[in-house]
Amino acid sequence: MQHKNWQGFKSGKWQDEINVRDFIQSNYTEYLGDDSFLSPATERTNSLMKRVNDLFALERQFGGVLDIDTATVSSLTSYSPGYIDKENELIVGMQTNRPLKRGVSPFGGIRMARQACEAYGYKLSKKVEEEFRFRTTHNDGVFRAYTDEMRSARKCHVITGLPDAYGRGRIIGDYRRVALYGVDRLIEEKKKDKASLSNGIFDTEHIRLDEELFQQIAFLGYLKDMAAMYGFDISAPAQNTKEAIQWTYFGYLAAIKEQNGAAMSLGRVSTFFDIYAERDIKNGLLTETDVQELFDDFVIKLRIARHLRTPEYNELFGGDPMWITEAVGGMGEDGRTLVTKGSYRILNTLYTLGSSPEPNLTVLWSNSLPNNFKRFCAKVSKDTDSIQYENDDIMRPIYGDDYAIACCVSAMRIGKEMQFFGARCNLAKLLLIAINGGYDTTSGMHIGPQMEVIQGDKLNYDEVMKRFDTYITWLSNLYVNTMNVIHYMHDKYCYEKTQMALHDTNVHRFMAFGIAGLSVVADSLSAIKYATVTPVKDQNGFITEFETVGDFPKFGNDDDRVDLIAKDMTHKVITELRKTKTYRNAEHTLSVLTITSNVMYGKNTGATPDGRKASAPFAPGANPMHNREENGALASLNSVAKISYDDCRDGISNTFSVTPDALGKTDDERVNNLVAILDGYFAKKAHHINVNVLNRETLMKAYDNPEAYPNLTIRVSGYAVNFNKLSREQQREVISRTFHESI
Amino acid sequence: MDIIGKVHSIQSMGALDGPGIRFVVFLKGCNLRCGCCHNPDTFDFADAKEYTPQQILNMAVRYKEYFGKEGGITVSGGEPLLQPDFVRQLFTLCKNEGINTCLDTSGSLFNDKIKQLLSVTDRVLLDIKYTSDDQYQKYVGCSINAPLQFLNYLNCQKIPVTLRQVIIPTLNDNSDNILALKKIAKDHRVVDKVELLPFKKLCQVKYDKLNLTFPFADIPEPKAGDMAKLEQILKDKC
Repeated sequence: MQHKNWQGFKSGKWQDEINVRDFIQSNYTEYLGDDSFLSPATERTNSLMKRVNDLFALERQFGGVLDIDTATVSSLTSYSPGYIDKENELIVGMQTNRPLKRGVSPFGGIRMARQACEAYGYKLSKKVEEEFRFRTTHNDGVFRAYTDEMRSARKCHVITGLPDAYGRGRIIGDYRRVALYGVDRLIEEKKKDKASLSNGIFDTEHIRLDEELFQQIAFLGYLKDMAAMYGFDISAPAQNTKEAIQWTYFGYLAAIKEQNGAAMSLGRVSTFFDIYAERDIKNGLLTETDVQELFDDFVIKLRIARHLRTPEYNELFGGDPMWITEAVGGMGEDGRTLVTKGSYRILNTLYTLGSSPEPNLTVLWSNSLPNNFKRFCAKVSKDTDSIQYENDDIMRPIYGDDYAIACCVSAMRIGKEMQFFGARCNLAKLLLIAINGGYDTTSGMHIGPQMEVIQGDKLNYDEVMKRFDTYITWLSNLYVNTMNVIHYMHDKYCYEKTQMALHDTNVHRFMAFGIAGLSVVADSLSAIKYATVTPVKDQNGFITEFETVGDFPKFGNDDDRVDLIAKDMTHKVITELRKTKTYRNAEHTLSVLTITSNVMYGKNTGATPDGRKASAPFAPGANPMHNREENGALASLNSVAKISYDDCRDGISNTFSVTPDALGKTDDERVNNLVAILDGYFAKKAHHINVNVLNRETLMKAYDNPEAYPNLTIRVSGYAVNFNKLSREQQREVISRTFHESI
Repeated sequence: MDIIGKVHSIQSMGALDGPGIRFVVFLKGCNLRCGCCHNPDTFDFADAKEYTPQQILNMAVRYKEYFGKEGGITVSGGEPLLQPDFVRQLFTLCKNEGINTCLDTSGSLFNDKIKQLLSVTDRVLLDIKYTSDDQYQKYVGCSINAPLQFLNYLNCQKIPVTLRQVIIPTLNDNSDNILALKKIAKDHRVVDKVELLPFKKLCQVKYDKLNLTFPFADIPEPKAGDMAKLEQILKDKC
């Protein structure tokens, strides 16, 4: 198949089937040079960005939400077109009719939409309330099927943050397909897939897919209508760079209009865009400055994307994030790097537009990346604290070379794999429940298998472990079943029509479970094993505190005695989870990632044998507990690197803060040393790292005087936030984290 | 039989003591009592942690991946030259593992055992504390000839050297001193780098804890601007 808009591209099987990877592999130009080719922001970009920064300031003054359209249910065509500055925008399209105005999306749950409106002084309109009186939302469905035990687990916070009242997210549409093929071709392919279903046996699976395809096709039509409202006909392939970016953005925009998902990630677009840019530059149609402007304008659109969420949601996922994650760089299966000038340009937006948490720029790090690119990334990290790194060398063998990251650390093949997001269970709380024989001291609830409180005046490691195993088995089964209910209902009442239309019809599904409090559990078990832990009981005979005497190995010091406890724990949990069958035969995966919920999880957990006080925050993700690292930064990294990606295929998040002075004396040294740290950490088969190069004092100043630091961006746990958007409690926790300092 | 090293502490990531990322071992014991010392807790051998060279190596190899082309191990102190046999054995083991070795010293001691240690040392970070013998005698307690003779030996042996000096306001924060330091560097071809380190007073707490008087407690830390000026003099051609 040929199309005139593909002129100049190398032909291949991508023309005959939907295959963006093949298009990229046949047409991209790797770039091994340095950053000297990059253009700074133009006048136009600066003035547009100034408008946006003014809007951000206004949004802050309004308490975090500038405006809400309470009368319109957000969907692809439900708002008239919106602009920041119509005459000066190169890429257009807005979620609602005005920048930063948020829409309501009640399909996940009407209560959530209602409460979110009320939290910011609005009231969900009668019209919407009335409309949803006769509709079942995802949230309604879930609570119809939840068992008493599922409700209890949720209520006592042993499983928390489940997407049972909001959109699940973590699905990445292959938005590039819109640009490469045009929507008509995509509709045509989906129609073929639907027709081919007519010969099968019409069982539940089959009928569900058949109906889903109907919805996908319908929404591809709405996608075209939405673009037409902005004056674009996207039925045919994009014919230049500007169109390629615009078409791709329309695909993404449609997704975020339709879905208020927990994480609405972008995929891997910068090298794809670069193919068009190379062609246009070669033909004399664009200069480097023009291309950077297009990237900048696109990124400005991503930076103003917003969803309406409740304060409770923000407690879990602080900083108003959307996780517009863009995977940058990485290597191809043929050994060429996937780094292009486009990879540099997307990172350059942190200079042209200033540092920012969104889009969530994620560098896929490989030992084989060009050295120039490694150095550029390190420089950007050092200057902006806005990027994260994930190990391409351990992911590529599993997902190939056209995967992306959903949310923070969840890898999936673009357009071929999706996941059922499952938040996380609180492993530290579970340990306390096990010790108390099925009683949660924080909530006062009995839950799980009921047995005697552990006896004796000293905790015995083997006895505690045996207990703990029993409760892990119990919780794992409950957790999988709960997730099955959630995702059955989400598919039924809140199916992602646009995003799934930008997937292959037959997708591979992951079901992503998570654990919080890993380092607390590892240190607690280490204390029980190597020190003397005496339980202290309350008047009802339940253990509420521990007296720990003697030293014990602590996670984060490269000490196998405790590090292997953490590693074995993840292995145990995923092994137990796999024993319960999943909805749609999804593949079980596990993450060690907390977002900012480590604060909330800690708040709901009693004192632990490691000496952590009741209600004190956990460390984020897979981090060692704050300030327990005694052997320096690399020892801490080595401990985390021991947790196996084979057990935690949904990612292992580590947040690393180092002061500039500890990284070297000159900028050049700091860049080189950061590259060496990343090379070393990933050679150890570690999965993920957030890098912050900053002083604790900077954060303390921003804590006391937020107005002076409006754009202070820091990486927290798989994503970056504007420091000022965190709650006071979250800010204090971030300040208390370990900063690796010079001595 | 293995020699036991008297160790103060170990830092898995040092980015300031030698090129690249370094595994840094701080040894106990020092023959000097410099007024600016920021590690008074290494003065004597009390409360030392004891390790064999092999034990230290076993730890260091866990960080090999981070060393890249430049990094490696640095032994600092205290004064590592007080334990030459231990450091020599450790460095020999490191070199067998392909780990770059770096010695951070005052260069105030010299003997045959130290010569043997230097034969397995890839780089020396040499503290030239002052450039006048008067100041050496007064604030260090030895002659400037000791480190200069040490440097001469390194020059003959062609062992690369980084010269380091802590800049202490009122004592050596002047251009004459920097020019003299430059001359020392120029006269010894093995010196390929000169680093000026600002005097820091964070160590006051360590002195307090040890019930010792911090001799330079009343001297202020140098201002960033003044450091930059001295750096510039260092960079300028003579």
